[in-house]
Amino acid sequence: MAVVTEDPKAGFRLGMLIYDTRYRSITIQIVVLFLFMAGAAWLIDNLIRNLEALGRGIDFGFLWNRAGYDINQTLVEYTNDSTHARAMLVGLLNTLLIAFLGCIAATVLGVIAGVLRLSKNWVVGRLMTVYVEIFRNIPLLLWILMIYTIFTEALPAPNAFRGENPAASMALFDTVAFTNRYTAIPWLVFDNSLGWLQLGPIWLNLDLTVIIVALVGGFLINRAILKRATRIQEATGIRPTTWWQSLIALFGPIILVKFVLGTHFDYPSLQGFNFTGGLQVSNSLVALWLALTLYTAAFIAEIVRGGINAISRGQTEAAFALGLRPGRTMSLIILPQAMRVIIPPLISQYLNLTKNSSLAIAVGYMDLRGTLGGITLNQTGRGLEAMLLLMLIYLLISLTISGAMNVYNQSVKLKER
Amino acid sequence: MNTSNSTFVRTEMLPQKAPPITEAGAVKWMRENLFSSPLNVLLTVLGVGAVAYLVLHIAPWLSRSVWNAASLTECRQIIEARYGEGATGACWAVIRERWPQYLFGFYPQHLYWRPVLAFVLLCVAVAPVLFDKLPRKMLWFSLIYPAVGFWLLWGGSVWVPVAALAGFAIGYVAAQVVKPLAGTILATIAAVVTPVLWWLFLAGPAADAVHSVLPIALESVRSREFGGFILAFTIGFTGIAFSLPLGVMLALGRQSDMFIVNKLSVGFIEFIRGVPLITLLFTASLLLNYFLPPGTDFDIILRVIIMVVLFAAAYIAEVIRGGLAALPRGQYEAADALGLDYWKAQRLIIMPQALKISIPGIVSTFIGLFKDTTLVVFVGLLDPLKGITDAVRASTDWKGIYWEPYIFVGTIFFIFCFGMSRYSMYLESKLKTDHR
Repeated sequence: MAVVTEDPKAGFRLGMLIYDTRYRSITIQIVVLFLFMAGAAWLIDNLIRNLEALGRGIDFGFLWNRAGYDINQTLVEYTNDSTHARAMLVGLLNTLLIAFLGCIAATVLGVIAGVLRLSKNWVVGRLMTVYVEIFRNIPLLLWILMIYTIFTEALPAPNAFRGENPAASMALFDTVAFTNRYTAIPWLVFDNSLGWLQLGPIWLNLDLTVIIVALVGGFLINRAILKRATRIQEATGIRPTTWWQSLIALFGPIILVKFVLGTHFDYPSLQGFNFTGGLQVSNSLVALWLALTLYTAAFIAEIVRGGINAISRGQTEAAFALGLRPGRTMSLIILPQAMRVIIPPLISQYLNLTKNSSLAIAVGYMDLRGTLGGITLNQTGRGLEAMLLLMLIYLLISLTISGAMNVYNQSVKLKER
Repeated sequence: MNTSNSTFVRTEMLPQKAPPITEAGAVKWMRENLFSSPLNVLLTVLGVGAVAYLVLHIAPWLSRSVWNAASLTECRQIIEARYGEGATGACWAVIRERWPQYLFGFYPQHLYWRPVLAFVLLCVAVAPVLFDKLPRKMLWFSLIYPAVGFWLLWGGSVWVPVAALAGFAIGYVAAQVVKPLAGTILATIAAVVTPVLWWLFLAGPAADAVHSVLPIALESVRSREFGGFILAFTIGFTGIAFSLPLGVMLALGRQSDMFIVNKLSVGFIEFIRGVPLITLLFTASLLLNYFLPPGTDFDIILRVIIMVVLFAAAYIAEVIRGGLAALPRGQYEAADALGLDYWKAQRLIIMPQALKISIPGIVSTFIGLFKDTTLVVFVGLLDPLKGITDAVRASTDWKGIYWEPYIFVGTIFFIFCFGMSRYSMYLESKLKTDHR
């Protein structure tokens, strides 16, 4: 007679929290959460007790007080009567400015250096290797300090440019003057300026806006023209001639803007002991920009080289076998694949450059850290609030850029089955 | 037909002719590598021009070096006396005179032997880690080196580092005792909890007690007296040693299926990577006191090291995550199929491969860390690059000197960073197992 024995009902025992893999992960998570919360509670408790001992709480009200200090480079209107919040905005814009200028210059220089390093030319290849290795292996701070020191100590004073036989002369066909106090560069002026437009707290420079609209608009129109040409080519097999349309679309609007606004360059010239006209850029900005550019470009060069090397030779050969010309091979086969490898590390170099721009402190360039994390912090004594705000802003910049990068990565990801 | 004596048939081969002059030797190489196209010719001319320009400007300056002088003015006088009016030259006398300051900062002069000995021992400790041909027993010294190095650099009672080391021994003993009684998992918990309890509550009093019986001590040196390259090396090497294990843990946390562990790791990594190191250093120097029990004040170098470790660990975690993602799924499945548990699978199958893939990234993070040690100048420590150089440039003797100190410091950093990157290449080629 068969006795049907039931499986023993597995009751829940305490030991299963550790030994049963079904429950173990929950146990671990609860322990981790508990430890984390205990740690956080300890820190916050300490913070509250310390603040009580100092007799103050966390208060961001100081942002609306008068700042009372001057900033040597301001992109928006600012006086020492403005608020600390305004000073913070000035600093943020200065950070973004140096980051923007640095990213553009570093990309251009980095791509050139990376491509040249791959060239078969022995001299140029070695030269670029030396450049990349030297700049990658020496701290950025050294480059910033060294370039700044050279600017302030080795360059002539503005009055050295005076006289019949001046001790110094302007560079780049007499358009740029490097002096020990500032660098005078040509700058755009508008004869029929449109002025400023106030949108709430933001002042908008209409001239600049019009130029940007003209550039972007021309680019978009050109893209539409090329798209239409491709469509016609796919339908009929004949590609219509588009080069003159492209030229008009790209350069027409900007030339129109130039004549309407009366845009021309204002060149710096020596008046008495100083340069007038053009734009006087502080040496701290120029030195920081040069150092960040040269340093980051060395990293970008390696990224570009790696990206192009990553595309196997078979891809080029396959393209040639299909009868594509070298130019088309590059633009249709190599570049799209290399870009997928190059762009993500490139963006993280942009992020690094933005974060490294906080070394501006070494040359006294008033970036976000110099205003909010520097003078404002010292004047108000609100270290905690200022640091929190500073970190939050840097974090927001970083997360925005890396968010954009993730979107890009998703869009170019290999579609695998 | 008889061809045997026909005179017009050649019976022996002609000797080989030398290739045309344009297809051999240096000429061929130059044609292919320097002048293969108009663009290449242009590049070559520009490249040679740039090199010539640099050499013509730097070589005379370097060749007129002065190594013995007491001040910049004296240096310039010597150069002008030697090479004529208006001659310029390098004045390395500044390095010669300020050499101890560059190496040791304001470390007490009669104790210079200690950092030197610590550095020599560091080389001994690092050697077996870097080169696996050396006897494996040397690794035991590498394990206790942190305590030795700490004692030599900061001084104080020998029992403090000994008590710290004892924590590990206690953990090991606790695990061995618990294991037969309560199994592996509780033993692991015991191995973690007992040392922590020891360090928190018992290590200090125990060290004091032993010290009162058997006082062996070195003269202690305060952290503010550190400076120059010993500061950079202390922070750099400690950072490197501790950020790798922490980075591995963070990477595993980020890969983990456990929701809370995963989110905490992601949050930590993204936060650290999103802010500049300089703000973290400021937090360490300005704000850390807010978060510690009232009245605590702990060492500035330690705070900086903690921040540098956290910073580098977040970057390393991302590098290793890349390595983990690059491993084929089959490796994980194979480890599961063998019945390995999580840690065994990680230790034996996953990590060796993932780390191998991530070597270049890890080493470049280390190089970045080492370069970033110069940023400690912004929290008031005397790093060699800005701290010491500013002190030198502020003195009346050496006012106005700038090329020489920067070139000197840059060269030292270059040697170490370049060495690290070459080592990573060597390691990569050594560990290469594919047959391409």
